[in-house]
Amino acid sequence: MPVSLSNSRLIYDSLKACNIRLLSALPETWLVHLIRLAEEDPEVSLVRLAKEEEGVGISAGAHLAGVKSAMLMQNHGFLASINGIVSLAHLYKIPLLMLISYRGEFGERDPWQTQGGGVTESLLRSLGIPYKFLEQPDQVGPRIHRAQALAEAALKPVALLLCRDLMWVE
Amino acid sequence: MLRIEALQAIYPCLEPCVVVTIMGAVSAELQSLGHRPNFFYLQHAMGLASSMGLGIALARPELQVVVLDGDGSLLMNLGGLTTLARYQPPNLIHIVFDNESLLSVGGFPTATATGSDLAGIAKAAGVPRVASVRDLESFAASFAEALVADQLTTLVAKVEACGPAVFLTDLPLLENRFQFQRYLKEVRESERSGE
Repeated sequence: MPVSLSNSRLIYDSLKACNIRLLSALPETWLVHLIRLAEEDPEVSLVRLAKEEEGVGISAGAHLAGVKSAMLMQNHGFLASINGIVSLAHLYKIPLLMLISYRGEFGERDPWQTQGGGVTESLLRSLGIPYKFLEQPDQVGPRIHRAQALAEAALKPVALLLCRDLMWVE
Repeated sequence: MLRIEALQAIYPCLEPCVVVTIMGAVSAELQSLGHRPNFFYLQHAMGLASSMGLGIALARPELQVVVLDGDGSLLMNLGGLTTLARYQPPNLIHIVFDNESLLSVGGFPTATATGSDLAGIAKAAGVPRVASVRDLESFAASFAEALVADQLTTLVAKVEACGPAVFLTDLPLLENRFQFQRYLKEVRESERSGE
């Protein structure tokens, strides 16, 4: 599977360096290595979800209980989480570190991913969620660190879009 | 059984617990019995109270977490039952007050009014301990058993579809949120200093 293992490891190590100890996830192709890394790591609790919106609740509970968490999802999972983001994370000022695989963008060959790709950034902007791309390996560490810093200072969701150039090896 | 009576019956036992409730009547009735800093009322995001409870229970295995859910809310996150069952935090008690109604928005019937069985769904999802009760005595007894069972429990309590006249209380959402977070922080610090 041409998902980049080295860049997945880079992302995973950067999350660990930010003291992330709980990861919620719903599998998607680009996230396979990240999920396996979490699965094999006794220092991290991996919570496999039935639907991504649950992850908003789990991260909110973990935050109030003093444990740092992150959410791994596809952009369609972000779409499925919006009510939770608005009526829990925004309403109660909960920091969320969301790593969203940005499917349906330039280079996408799966027709079914394209509609979600076309609305992802405009929805993030509509919701007032700050976001940056992770496109190059040298961006990964600093941007994850800064995204978490902003989420915790602003007490709000912050998104990192995992892009094709970083995640996929042609 | 009235939900307020059920809440009264277990209220003393909730003092050392971490409690997450859904919105509407459950939140207002628990507050009417007396707010405590270890009570969090999720006043929206229907369905996610059980997910929040799971997050707290996994993050803090030393705490006893009690989620006060409802049929309307749980029906919005049935998949969450499979997630609870998958991780089975032994320190989580999931109470579902089933009044077969979306009481706070006009009392329209939920699917439990036409036969959907939430206890059956929880059991089939893999929740290891499930009970369904209809009277106050059984409810109090089942809750007491769940407290000492050390195993994830879903307790479905059939209650009447009635509640308080108003749901709004004088506790602002963010005051509740920060007070609850501080409680969870201080209880950890006091445990550490006690060691």
